[in-house]
Amino acid sequence: MITFKQLNKTYKKNHVLKNIDLEMAGSGVVALLGPNGSGKTTMLKCFLGMVLPESGDIIFDGQSILGKYEYRSKVSYLPQIARFPDNLSARELISLMKEIKPGTTREARFIEVFNREKELDKKMSSLSGGTRQKVNIILALMHDDPLIILDEPSTGLDPLSLQELKKFIREEKENGKLVIITTHILSLAEDLADEVLFLLEGNIYFNGPLQQLLNDQHGSSLEMAIAQILRTNKEIAHA
Amino acid sequence: MLKILKFSFYEMIRSRWVFIYTLFYLVATMAFLLLSNDLSKVLISMTNITLILTPLIGILFGTIYYYNSKEFIQLLMAQALSRWSIFTGMYLGMALALCLSVLVGIGIPFLFYGIMGSPDLTIYLLLITMGCVLSIIFSLIAFIIAISCDDEVKGLSISIFVWLFFAIIYDGAFMLLILGFKDYPLDKFTISMLVLNPIDLARILILMKLDMSAMMGYTGAVLTKFLGRGMGMVLVSASLMMWMIIPFWRLFALGKKKDF
Repeated sequence: MITFKQLNKTYKKNHVLKNIDLEMAGSGVVALLGPNGSGKTTMLKCFLGMVLPESGDIIFDGQSILGKYEYRSKVSYLPQIARFPDNLSARELISLMKEIKPGTTREARFIEVFNREKELDKKMSSLSGGTRQKVNIILALMHDDPLIILDEPSTGLDPLSLQELKKFIREEKENGKLVIITTHILSLAEDLADEVLFLLEGNIYFNGPLQQLLNDQHGSSLEMAIAQILRTNKEIAHA
Repeated sequence: MLKILKFSFYEMIRSRWVFIYTLFYLVATMAFLLLSNDLSKVLISMTNITLILTPLIGILFGTIYYYNSKEFIQLLMAQALSRWSIFTGMYLGMALALCLSVLVGIGIPFLFYGIMGSPDLTIYLLLITMGCVLSIIFSLIAFIIAISCDDEVKGLSISIFVWLFFAIIYDGAFMLLILGFKDYPLDKFTISMLVLNPIDLARILILMKLDMSAMMGYTGAVLTKFLGRGMGMVLVSASLMMWMIIPFWRLFALGKKKDF
């Protein structure tokens, strides 16, 4: 579904993505992991056309997407930071998204599970951080798209809402969609992911099934396996 | 693009600051109209206020609006929308709201006062138009500054400096230059300097119509002397158009290359 070919991105002197070559299949949940500054968000933003790579190509559904925007009608994206125009209400934002992307939507489900009906008409500036993240999730997931990208979806969510989100992701996986999640909450990744993509300093350090990563690193949990990778990397760097 | 424009416009007209800005114009215009019976004098007073205030508010609102909308722009960029339609929509929605403030705040009180039948009608229309044109130009400059500068404090400081430069420093520096080189022919230099400052262009355009040579200053005098009133106005209007077209093109070029 998505192929990255020799993708490079540099911010000033900082080489954030180094010759990324990658292929992602058509369905399943991929956890995109890595320490801060490893290039996770940059990689996703390159795919979404927000960040322009220096060299390389990105293919989506058989076509190069660099410089194009139509392909994004097949993508649902949840941004990391939930900040919206202060003077608009959630209901108005939802109707904006519907106008931008016509078709059937399923926001009612999220509004119900998040129990936010009464806050839909309030100005965004008066909502709490957690509620704003819920609006963020509603806006991102209300369309039925084959590709879902979630950048730190658990930020600010209460346990109940998080459970609902996980349930939703599992359902989407069963519907044959590709879900890409970046997160620092490794238990969330462990719960949901089929595949793990681990980035380290702009390189792909590991790309494969979750179980394989656990076996390779002799870890009983994803957290231990990741800690092991980082420790080894630090030792190599010092040597 | 129109969808984005509509939402950006709604967002702006509901902002408390846009409301206060409109209210200020309303109160100021009404106060002048009540205090003086001479329409031309009120128009001159409002010209002076508009020439200082619209660029300041345009550049400040523009910069702050862009920074506040940064994350929302990212959300829009993840949709099937071109960068052109996102930036144009966001910018035009904001600029329209600022123009509406000028139209309502300055325009309506004069209408109630009976400007329609007055000989000063053209000055009034010119004043409103210049208020809108300066709002458009300075909010465009604001977007360019904000898009080129990720640091909000730095962006805002540059914006304030740019306003200060065009509204205050420019004329002073210009006068010093003219004084320093008074022994040389400075006409062409003067005209080209005039073209480089949109606030001066707006001022000259209104004052040429007002027929107030005394207030036009050296630049206005040179302009009318060399180009005649008609050609002078054409040159000034064309320059103001360029002040809208070139920054808009620049904004688009920057938006195309920007990493979010």
